[in-house]
Amino acid sequence: MGIELHSVGSAPGLRMTQRIRQIPWSLVILIAMVASIGFAMLYSAAGGNADQWMNKQMVRFAAGVCIMLAIGMVDLQRLAKIAYPLYAVAFVLLVYVEFLGEIGMGAQRWIDLKFFQLQPSELMKVSLCLVLARYFHGLTYEEIGRPWVLIVPTLLVVLPAGLVLKQPDLGTAGMLLLAGAGIFFVAGVRWWKFAIVFALGIAGSVGAWNSGFLHDYQKARLVTFLDPANDALGAGYHITQSKIALGSGGVWGKGLMQGSQAQLDFLPERQTDFIFTMLGEELGLVGGLLVLTLYSLLVVYGFAIALRTRSHFGRLLAFGVTMNLFLYFFINTAMVMGLIPVVGIPLPLISYGGTAMMTVMVGFGLLMAVYIQRDFRVGRRTSGED
Amino acid sequence: MGRIKQQQQQSQQKVFSRRLAILGGLKVAMVATLAGRLYYLQVIEGEKYRLLSDENRINHRILFPPRGLIVDRFGIPLATNSPSYRAILVAEQTPNLQATLEAFSAIVPLSERDIARAMKERQHTQDFKPITVKDDLNWDDVNAVELNLPDLPGISIEIDQKRVYPFGGITAHILGYVAVPNEKDIENDTDPLLRQPGFRVGKNGLERQYDSPLRGSAGESQLEVNSFGRVIRELARQEGQPGGDLVTTLDVGLHQFAHQRISSEMAGAAVVMDVYTGDLLALVSTPSYDPTAFYRGLTTDEWQELSNDIYGPLTNKAVAGQYAPGSTFKMMTALAGLRAGVSPDDRVYCSGVTVLGSARFHCWKREGHGSQDMALGIKNSCDCYFYEIARRAGIDKIAETARMFGLGSAEGLDLPGEKPGLIPDTTWKKAYFGDVWHPGETLVAGIGQGFITATPLQLCVMTVRIANGGYAVKPRLVRRISDGSQNDEGNPVFPGIEVPEDYLKVLRNGMDLVTNGDRGTAYRSRIDIPGMEMAGKTGTSQVRRITMAERARGVIKNENLPWNQRDNALFVAFAPVHAPRYACCVVVEHGGGGSAVAAPIARDILIECQRRDPSRRNPNAEGGRREMP
Repeated sequence: MGIELHSVGSAPGLRMTQRIRQIPWSLVILIAMVASIGFAMLYSAAGGNADQWMNKQMVRFAAGVCIMLAIGMVDLQRLAKIAYPLYAVAFVLLVYVEFLGEIGMGAQRWIDLKFFQLQPSELMKVSLCLVLARYFHGLTYEEIGRPWVLIVPTLLVVLPAGLVLKQPDLGTAGMLLLAGAGIFFVAGVRWWKFAIVFALGIAGSVGAWNSGFLHDYQKARLVTFLDPANDALGAGYHITQSKIALGSGGVWGKGLMQGSQAQLDFLPERQTDFIFTMLGEELGLVGGLLVLTLYSLLVVYGFAIALRTRSHFGRLLAFGVTMNLFLYFFINTAMVMGLIPVVGIPLPLISYGGTAMMTVMVGFGLLMAVYIQRDFRVGRRTSGED
Repeated sequence: MGRIKQQQQQSQQKVFSRRLAILGGLKVAMVATLAGRLYYLQVIEGEKYRLLSDENRINHRILFPPRGLIVDRFGIPLATNSPSYRAILVAEQTPNLQATLEAFSAIVPLSERDIARAMKERQHTQDFKPITVKDDLNWDDVNAVELNLPDLPGISIEIDQKRVYPFGGITAHILGYVAVPNEKDIENDTDPLLRQPGFRVGKNGLERQYDSPLRGSAGESQLEVNSFGRVIRELARQEGQPGGDLVTTLDVGLHQFAHQRISSEMAGAAVVMDVYTGDLLALVSTPSYDPTAFYRGLTTDEWQELSNDIYGPLTNKAVAGQYAPGSTFKMMTALAGLRAGVSPDDRVYCSGVTVLGSARFHCWKREGHGSQDMALGIKNSCDCYFYEIARRAGIDKIAETARMFGLGSAEGLDLPGEKPGLIPDTTWKKAYFGDVWHPGETLVAGIGQGFITATPLQLCVMTVRIANGGYAVKPRLVRRISDGSQNDEGNPVFPGIEVPEDYLKVLRNGMDLVTNGDRGTAYRSRIDIPGMEMAGKTGTSQVRRITMAERARGVIKNENLPWNQRDNALFVAFAPVHAPRYACCVVVEHGGGGSAVAAPIARDILIECQRRDPSRRNPNAEGGRREMP
């Protein structure tokens, strides 16, 4: 059953030149447009200085594009094959920083690889998509209906999410859970199971609130989110100043480098987590809607690829990385607009920093690989024995 | 197998597509929420947030207007502003704060206290905000610092304005001083200037009375600042309205002379007035205090010392010192007698004592003056004569007359702290003591003792009104305010007093005899410069009760009493005697006899006054006013 391993022109059959010809340049251009807006904002954030942030970010982006294209060339079959090992590596690293990071590295949650810092939680975002896509790829719709089948993927999601939450990184943990839930959902997990999990989740969070599992500053952030005016100079300062900056931008904005909130340091973290606020202040509603539109186009692009892909693994993978991108930009923008608590999620491609950039570029690389091999099937069991 | 598999795959794909569509719809809704939120913040609430962002970035800084000057009638400055140089240090501009302070100390010595204060200030100050290194540098220090600035990283010189009183304590009682406003000042005044550190308001004297015109109004500078308060640039600047200048009636040269002259005594007051305009030419109270100390801020010890000083340096005795007028009041008794039908030629025999019922009232001259008419009574200051006149006039007539001449109520001078004195009558006694007026009290009142009190200013006003032929002249200190809110350039017109000129002539004649008549009580203090002769009246008022026993033993001489039990010495005078222009009142606290102590001072002041003749010199000498030292 499910012997599709080397069927109709499976990946090895597609020559490199064919693959290169298949590269979706419109996707690359969309990505480059978003990144370019990011460069302009970093130039502005540094008060007209290109060296401070923008140039470094451009180098990172160039590296990201290379990685994206390289991953785009990889055989889907091979990606399915490395899904479990990669997940295992990510999980081990996560445990490693959780326990060793605690002792030896202060509260550091990354591994210094000299040329860049590897955050296991970011690696986990990608490998979780891969591993879930791989797992559900091997199941029929009927099989998914059986509860015990869901035990393994649930653990695959919940264990790393728990570790990340313990770090504590509320934002990333939330992203892992939501991305996992999204893949569960499109994979066909029954509705009522989500309802049960949702109910348990509510109960669990009430329990967590009372049990002291959340740090005080995390609680404070949640409380402040609900009523920022309550503590305008303390924990609510970020949200309040962010809303002032956004609101004062108006329709057309104050102009690049003219945002008084950002340029005069009233806005915290203007080059990283709050860069969308600065964009809203300096480029106004027009700029903000442009960015939302570009991201939405990328999401639509990703979903379109997922719909057109013949292999279930490819579909789920395309959906997973697109979901990640959506969660990234939605959580970040909703956070700076004061719709959800401040959880420290950067705006992908625009915020300064290499970590989120790498995660989404690797994601786009996977998306590209799926697109290029959209008409090829992937075997149920990649070992190839049946 | 293939068929089943195909079906499975199809259902899998169907579920996937359907659920992806559901999630897609959800995402559309979520992105729409973001867009809506953006629209809400930036368009609907945009104006509100724009204001808030301006509030964040714009810092309104109050600019101090220069305080108006106070000058004397000839334009000589009495209160001015002078630049005050302050060395400041911005911590972020120096690599080593301690080293910079030491380098500074090598140029302008800093005490350990200065350094400790600077280091302490540093702890509470952000890196880019200046801390004060040394206040009130002199010009040489400033030059030395400026010259060495390259070796003093972070140091700069800032110019402030400070209030300067060129005459110091001599004018302190009139001008008052400026000081940091207290909580009550701030509560009662909405002017934003009062809430600025370093701003000072008038706290006493003219500085307080005319604080509002002197102060001017605040300017404003709009500064763009970042979230740490660092100034980025100035967006707009609106200069304030400088305070108006105050032109006083004083002749500071005369005032200074009078001050120095009366400073030969422990404590006293002297007032010189123009008898026609009411201009106060000198208004002296000694001892005085240093107004600069108040500007700086007094320590508790300094304050204790000043307020406990028995010579009362903080009281302006000229307007707030209330003394029994003694014999200087006899003109009022005489006038009350005339108004009650006494003829100036009526004679009263003085045996040295007057008996009323069982009480005995002594004349200051034990052996008595013999037969006295009114002119002699004044000339000799015969107590028995005035006992009799007072008895005939009655206290109510005396009180009514005294009030017509400015006694018994404040003159309404534009200076804080003026006291009303006291002129008693039967109604007053009833109201305050619930008791009837005793005839003996009338006799005591007739010689200016008992309940009666008056300030030197009031006694001077009384003299003025006698000298000018009965015009109810009122004293004034300010001629003009340059901002136009007060303009008394023309000589004011005063109503007449309902007293026949003949009566006043009798009084003036008596006062003439006091100084110029042979054996007049102040004959030794007469002015014998032709055309400058003065007429006056002595007064020696007891501040203690002399008992029968003491009188029997012999009254203790002043020199043998502690200072504060000695008699007050008073003298009122006007000059020139036949064409009066200036009136003067001198009170020496516990100085002893009026003729021996107060009269010579009054004489010297009136000579100086007539030499300077401030009323007839052009008081509108505007030119060069600000250039004066």
